[in-house]
This record gives sequence, C-alpha cells and structure tokens, in this order.
Amino acid sequence: MAAPDPAIAVRGLTKRFGPICAVDDLTFEVERGAIFGLVGPDGAGKTAVIRMLAGVMRPDAGRISVDGVDVLAAAETAKRHLSYMPQRFGLYDDLSVDENIRFYADLFEVPRALRERRTGPLLEASNMTAFRTRLAGQLSGGMRQKLGLVCALVHTPQILLLDEPTTGVDPVSRRDFWRILFDLRETGVTIFISTAYLDEAERCTRLGLLHEGRLRHCDTPQALKARMPGTLVAISSTAARAVRDAVAGLPGVSSVLMVGDGVHVVVDDRDRRLPELRAALEAKRVAYDAIAVATPTVEDLFVGLLGSRGDGA
Amino acid sequence: MSAATAADAPIVVERLVKRFGAFTAVDGISFRIDRGEIVGFLGPNGAGKSTTIRMLCGLLRPTAGEARVAGFDVARESERVREHIGYMSQKFSLYTDLTVAENLRFFGGIYRVPAALLAERMRFVIEMAGLTGREEALVGTLAGGWKQRLALGCAILHRPPILFLDEPTSGVDPESRRRFWDLIHNLSSGGITVLVSTHYMDEAEYCDRIALINRGRLVAFDTPAAMKRDFPGGELLVLECDVLGAAFAALEAAPGVRDVAAFGNTLHLLVEDREGAIAALPGYLADKGVAVARIEPVAPTFEDIFVQLVGRKEAA
Repeated sequence: MAAPDPAIAVRGLTKRFGPICAVDDLTFEVERGAIFGLVGPDGAGKTAVIRMLAGVMRPDAGRISVDGVDVLAAAETAKRHLSYMPQRFGLYDDLSVDENIRFYADLFEVPRALRERRTGPLLEASNMTAFRTRLAGQLSGGMRQKLGLVCALVHTPQILLLDEPTTGVDPVSRRDFWRILFDLRETGVTIFISTAYLDEAERCTRLGLLHEGRLRHCDTPQALKARMPGTLVAISSTAARAVRDAVAGLPGVSSVLMVGDGVHVVVDDRDRRLPELRAALEAKRVAYDAIAVATPTVEDLFVGLLGSRGDGA
Repeated sequence: MSAATAADAPIVVERLVKRFGAFTAVDGISFRIDRGEIVGFLGPNGAGKSTTIRMLCGLLRPTAGEARVAGFDVARESERVREHIGYMSQKFSLYTDLTVAENLRFFGGIYRVPAALLAERMRFVIEMAGLTGREEALVGTLAGGWKQRLALGCAILHRPPILFLDEPTSGVDPESRRRFWDLIHNLSSGGITVLVSTHYMDEAEYCDRIALINRGRLVAFDTPAAMKRDFPGGELLVLECDVLGAAFAALEAAPGVRDVAAFGNTLHLLVEDREGAIAALPGYLADKGVAVARIEPVAPTFEDIFVQLVGRKEAA
C-alpha cells in the first residue's frame, strides 16, 4: 500500500435510536498525529460517534477503520490499537490510585516491567504522584478525570478516544490534562476528543462541527474561521448586557454573542457598521472600553456556522 | 461586626469550618453577600465549594463558625433556611422517568407551594425556562440544556429570595450556558441573591463579585474588574507559533519565563520582564525549530488569575 492508512477512517456512519437518527451518514478521516476535536451542542450525537469508533456501540450502517483495522469485523483487534475514555470512566472507588492503574494494566496485559516506566511520568505530569495511595473514591473531580486518563494511557495506544474528558474539571487540572495530551501528540499518538470547552477546541489541529447527527463542517480551525460570513467586531465592556441590548437588531448586524468580557457582533460591512455601532452605544449611554475588528473564536464559529440550533433555544 | 448589619445581608458567613475526620474541607471562611448580588464561587476541584454551599443550605452541619442565610442560623434553624432558598445541585436532581410537568408538581409538593398557586407558578417556570410545548415530555428524553433549565425552574418554584447553584452549567453546551446566565441575571434584577459555583472562567465575568477558595480558604473576594487590575505574578504575553506542543516544552525551560499555559491555539507566558522576553524568545524558539508568528502583551483572563491565585499544585 502506498500511503499509510489514516488513523481513523469513517464512511457513511449512521446510528438510529427508534425514529431518531442520532448519527446521520458521517464520512471523515483523521490523519495520524492529529488532535481531532468533535464539537456540537448537547444531543448532537458526539457520544454516539465516539462509542461507535471505540467498538462498544454497533452502527446501523457505515464502515469504521481504526489504524487500518475494520472495527465492525474485528472489534477486539481494533481495541488493541485504541484507548477509549468515556465521560464516566470506570474507576473503583474502593481501590487506591495505584491499584486502579494496576487493574487497567492487567486488563490491557501490560508487561509488569513496563508499568512503572509508563505510569510514573504520567502521574508526575498530572501532579498526582503524592496521591498514589489515596482511594479513588476520595479524589476530587479533577483528579478522578486525570486518573481516568492515566488508566486509559497505561497501554500506550496509538489512538486515543476521549469523550468530554474535562467536563467539571477546574482550570488548573485542565491545564495538566492538556499538557499530557500535547506530550502524547509529540510521540505520534492520534487524539480524537469531544469537548464542551470551546477554548480547548481551538487547540485541535482539525475540527468537526456536529449538529443534529450531521457533520456540518470539518476542517482546520483556521480554514473554518475563513469561512465565517461577515466581519467580527469585538466590543469589550464591563456592561456586556447593556451593550448587547443596545446593538441587537441594528441594521447589518447578523449575530450578537455575549462573551466573558464583552460582546461579539457580526456585521456585513465593517466600514459602514463600526461608526453605527459606536453611535448606538453612545446614544444609549452604554460605557465600553474598546470596539474593534477581531479574529473569530471557535465559539463564534459555532454560532456563525451552525446558526439556529436543535436545542430549541 | 454589629448584629443589625449582619442580619440585613441575605448571606453572612463567619469563620465557617467543616472537618471530615482529620480532613478540613472548609477552613474558617468569612464573607457577606448583599441582596440581588450574583457571586461566583470559584476554586479547584476539592477546594470546598460544594461543602460550603451544602452548609449554607442547611444540609450539612458546620464543625465551627457561623452562617446566617435570610437571617436564620444554618445550624440551628435549617428548616427556616430551607424555606427561603432554592438549591440546584451538580446532578440536576430530576426524575428522568417523569414528565416536565410531573417533576414540577413533585417539587411543588416538596417545597410546599400552596395548591391554589401551583398552576400559576408552573406556568411562570415553564415560560421562563423556555419549556413551553414540552410539558408532557419525559425528562429522560431532554437534552442537557433543557434539563438544566428545568432544574433551575424546580429550584425557584417556591420563589425563594436566595439561590444556591452548584456547578449548574457543567457539561452543558455554550449556547445553553449563555441562555442560562440570562435567566440568572433576570432573577437577580428581580432582587434574588445568587451564589453560583462554576469551572467556566468566562462565566466569572458575568458575576458581580467573585469568591475564590483554595484548600478550604478564601483567597480572594472582589469584583471581576478589581481582580483583573490586581493580577499577581508578573507580566503576561501571548505567543502564537506553528507547533504548540514543541513550543510548550521549550518555553517551560526558557530563562525569564515563570509559567506557560495553552490558551486556545496560543500560549500565555508569565514573564519577569516583558520587553526582554519579546526581544529574546523568538530567537530562542527559532533555535529549537519553532517559528513565532506573534508575541505581544495581553490582558489577563480569568483563567490566568485563577491559576496564579490557586497555584500549580492541586489541593490535597
């Protein structure tokens, strides 16, 4: 074979739950060494996709190949090439951190001689070395997620499937978590991750925007941003709500998004609309610190490319 | 402080302590929240946020110290406290095999909403939460954002003046989170006092004040603007480059760099000397095969503040 197989190749993947088509004819590839981010609103089908990739849920139609192995024909072989971390990783609360790791090492048949060499650095990178003897049931949420990752990585898979691994995890622990992912990527591991934190989506080399079971867009974050219609204007203000109310519905303004420290609006014509936005804010006496054209974030993409959503919001 | 002013504020916490065996989960925290304020409760996992909220709800007895909620002592008058508060836990305690309307009726019973008022309150909640037309849907079939708004609706069915929300937006998508915060602000405009914990740092900006705790201690209690102004730890730069992973490792060892963190597809660097770093780092990285596209000063985000105040090491 000329070119190496992609890490993950999916064709026509479909999953129905009764009358609902949760995953609707997905086709995509993930190249080796990529960090592929799957983003989309709640109920878009992210978890179903990852479960099918992991070989723990059977699709109604389509083909999945992981590391060149047909997941549907040879699920057990495929599982040797990947590691799957579900949203709730199965830790034993009454076992210690070390004992949980040992359990998964046994499960994955990791040779004893290799175990400490693999787990030592992982525990170190996640700031967990001091807690090796603590019962998993007494760990905080962030540490549980990190232990889940250590357990999932104990057999050094080539492909890592992570389903919202950082939900409910504090910023310091999220940083530790991503530090480990960056290191893994350096060693050539392919990472497929779903996340509700859109700042994490920015770090992915490729993004798939999933909406109502369909892959609506799939490209690099930069290419997706170039696809955004209109120009993004950022207004920073401590009175974000007042800014939003003052600019929503103005002519040429197609989307108004509250962000942490202000408001993002999409306008059709920057030269014309910037002065109009300023005038509207001044007319309503709304204080703002700055108003300027800005690069869209993944969150802007989410709203701009997916538009109205299935959440009924 | 005088008893009169203390009684006026809806939430007053004085040297509150909670120990579990040898472990001190909450270690003598004190603060006061004014009427109609939205206070964001931030801190690492295991810092004591949920424990504090549970004590303030009268669900957990403090080991020492005192807290008054709606003027009632949380230890001695927990029944009275509960009449004045709404509490939404991380898990959205809803019955998934009941419909939206059945859940509301159930919580109406728990909170002893008079039968004559229940229909009107339910209408208000359903409308507020955007659940119109879904009254007969089984809760188990709803997406996360809907469940979350229903859980908030259940918590305010009895019109409490004080709301405790424990990570209400965890695992909910961004659009639903924004919509949820609109609801919080509407409630706050109506005079309701809100204490809300979160791990989403953008949400910290939506709060009137922030209470940041670490290892059971209050490390900051101020407005978001003041906390940004007083950013500790050095000068902050943003760096954009081609290979994030390699740059990360190289910068951690770079002279004058105190801390490196990924922010979206950029890195935030905490440095001793801003000008020196801007001059030196592109060359330093080029030697290691990393091309710098942009390096410039940047204003701290809440994540920068959080990490600096809480530190690298996790609470035990």
